[in-house]
Amino acid sequence: MDRKRDYYEDVEPLKTRAQRFWFAALLGALAAYPFLLPNYWVYLANYTAIHVLVAVGLNLLVGYTGQISLGHAGFFAAGAYGTTLLMAKGGLPFALALPLAAALAALLGAALAVPALRLEGPYLSIATLAFGLTVTQVIGRVGWFGGRQGLHTPELWLGPWNVATDRDFYLLLVPLTVALVFAARGITRTRVGRAFVAIRDSDVAAETLGVNLVRFKTLAFALSAFYTGLAGGLYAFVLRFIEPEMFGLMMSILFLAMVVVGGLGALPGSVAGACLLSWLDLELRNILAVPYLGAWLEGLSKTWFSITGVSNISFIVYGSILVAIMLFEPLGLYGIWLRTKRYWRAWPF
Amino acid sequence: MIADLWQAVASGVMAGSTYALMALGLVLVYKTSEVVNFAQGEIALAATFVAYLGLEHHGVPWWAALPGALAFAALLGAAVEFGVLRRAKDPSVLGTIIITIGLEMVFLGLVSWKFGADPKTLPFPLPPYDGVSLAGAYVSSLELLTAAAAVGLMLALYLVLAHSRLGLAIRATQQNRDAARLMGVRTRRVLMATWALASAVGALGGLLIAPVTMHPYMMWDPLLKGFAAAVLGGLTSLPGAVAGAYLLGVTENLFGAFVSLEFKSVVAFAAIVAVLCVRPSGLFARHHVKKV
Repeated sequence: MDRKRDYYEDVEPLKTRAQRFWFAALLGALAAYPFLLPNYWVYLANYTAIHVLVAVGLNLLVGYTGQISLGHAGFFAAGAYGTTLLMAKGGLPFALALPLAAALAALLGAALAVPALRLEGPYLSIATLAFGLTVTQVIGRVGWFGGRQGLHTPELWLGPWNVATDRDFYLLLVPLTVALVFAARGITRTRVGRAFVAIRDSDVAAETLGVNLVRFKTLAFALSAFYTGLAGGLYAFVLRFIEPEMFGLMMSILFLAMVVVGGLGALPGSVAGACLLSWLDLELRNILAVPYLGAWLEGLSKTWFSITGVSNISFIVYGSILVAIMLFEPLGLYGIWLRTKRYWRAWPF
Repeated sequence: MIADLWQAVASGVMAGSTYALMALGLVLVYKTSEVVNFAQGEIALAATFVAYLGLEHHGVPWWAALPGALAFAALLGAAVEFGVLRRAKDPSVLGTIIITIGLEMVFLGLVSWKFGADPKTLPFPLPPYDGVSLAGAYVSSLELLTAAAAVGLMLALYLVLAHSRLGLAIRATQQNRDAARLMGVRTRRVLMATWALASAVGALGGLLIAPVTMHPYMMWDPLLKGFAAAVLGGLTSLPGAVAGAYLLGVTENLFGAFVSLEFKSVVAFAAIVAVLCVRPSGLFARHHVKKV
C-alpha cells in the first residue's frame, strides 16, 4: 500500500481516494460556510484563517527547521503596518501592497537569520524575542507609523470589487489561506522541506550531506516571515484598526502556543491548533457568559479572587494548556490524532 | 557635561543592580538544569504580592513579611521544579521554554485575577523617593538599597557556591550531572535547591521594585532586561551575568542621557542582538564547540 514507484508519487499532494474525498468535502464546507452562518461566525472564521497562516508559517521554522522564534509578532506587525502604510501613504492598491509588505517581512526574516545562523537554543530565543520587542517599540515611538494612537486601515478595493463586509473578506481570505497552506505542505515534501528537517535533526549531519546551512536557514526564516507578514497584512483588514500594543510578546507567545498545541512538525496540527486557540481566544473574552462554568467562576472570583480581574483567566487557561501539552503529549493535537488512528487500525489489539 | 555623565553612570549602576538580581537567578537555574526560566519573573511577582497581602491586609510587620515572601518564592520555585519540570520526559530546549512560558502565564493570570490591573504600592520600611547625593549624582535611597542588596547577595552567593557543601554539590551537578550522581550527590535534590535559591534571588529583585512600581506586569521589563544581561554576559557565567547587567544599565542610561530618551529601552535589545552576532555565547562565557 505504501510502496512508491517514482518520485512524483512520493510528493503527490493527495494520495488516496479517501484523502481526495475529504479534501473536496472540506472545500465544499468552506465554500458554503459564509452563506449559511451568521456574521459573527464569519468574523470568527476570518480571525481563525489569519492564525492558521501564521501557525503554518511558524511551524515551518520551529517544527520543521527546529529554530525557536519568540519574535513572530514583529513580522506580523511588519506585514500589518507595511500594508496599511503602503496603501494609505504610498497610494498603492491592496493587491500590490500586501505582497510588498510580506516581502518586507521576509527581508526582515532573512536579516534576523544572520545572528540566528550562529545561535542556538536559549540564545536564539532571546535574540528573536529582542527582535520582536524592538519592532514594537520602534513602531510605537515613531510618529510616521501612527505612534501609540494606531492607524485605521483604508477602504479595501480589489479592482472594481469593494471588500467591505466580513463575508466579502472571507471570500478573499479563505481561498488564499487554503492555497498557502497547500503550498506549505508542498514545500515540506520537496528538497527544501527535507533540508529543513535534516537541519532540525542534526545540523552537522545535514551540512556533511551537502545541505547549505546558510542558504536553508535563511530561507526558513524568510519563508516563515513571509507567511506571517502576509497574515499580518490581512489581519489589519479583519480588525480595520492597528496599534503597536497589539503586537507584543503575548502575541508571539500565542503564535508559538498554536504551533505547539497543534503539534511541532505537523502542518495539519498547526491548522487544528490555530482553530482551537483562536476560538478559545474569542470565547474566553466573555467567559462569564458561559453557562454553569461562568456562574461558578463568578462565585469563585467573589470569594477568593476579584471580579475585575476575571478576564485574566485566559492566561491561566493558555498556560495550563501549554504545560499540559508538553508534559503529556509533546506532539500536540496531531500526536493525539496519530494515536487514535493507530488505536482504531489495530483494534481490538 | 561631566555632571550629566556621572549622573547617567550612577543611575545606570543602580538600574543594573536590579537587572543583576534577575540575571543571577536566571543563570543559576540555567547552569544547573539547562532550563531558561521564563517563569522567574512571575514567581517573584507572586512572592511580591504575597508580601503585599500580608503587609496591607493582614497587618504582618515588615520584618516578617519580607523574609516570608522570599521563603514563599523559594517554596514556589522548588515546587515548580519538583511538580512540573521533573515530570517532563527528556524535554528539548524548546520544550523547557514552552513549559516555563506556560507557568509564567499561569502565575501572571492568577496574580492579575486576584489583584486586578490597577497599580499599587508595597508599604516599605524605607521611603522610596528620598534622595541621596553621591558625589553630585542624585540617586534614591531605594536604589541605593537595591545596589547594596545586589552586592551583598553576590558575596553571599559566592560564599555559598565556593565554600559550602551545598555549593560544592551545585557546582558538581553543573559540571557533570552523571558523574556527580555517581559520587553520591543527590542531583535531583540539588536541582530543587537551586530552583529555590534562584527564585528567592529573583523575588528579592521583585520586592525592591515594588515600592515604586507594582502591578501584574511589573516584572516583564526587569526580567527581559535580566535576560538581556545574562545573554550579554553568557548564560553560563555568574560574574559574566553581573557584568552584563551593569554594562546594560550604564549603556542604557548613557544612551538615554545623550542620544535619545525615547529609544532608551530599545538599545538594550539592539545591543544583545549585535553582541550575539559577534560572540554567540555572550561576552564572558567560553563558547562551547559541540563534539560530533
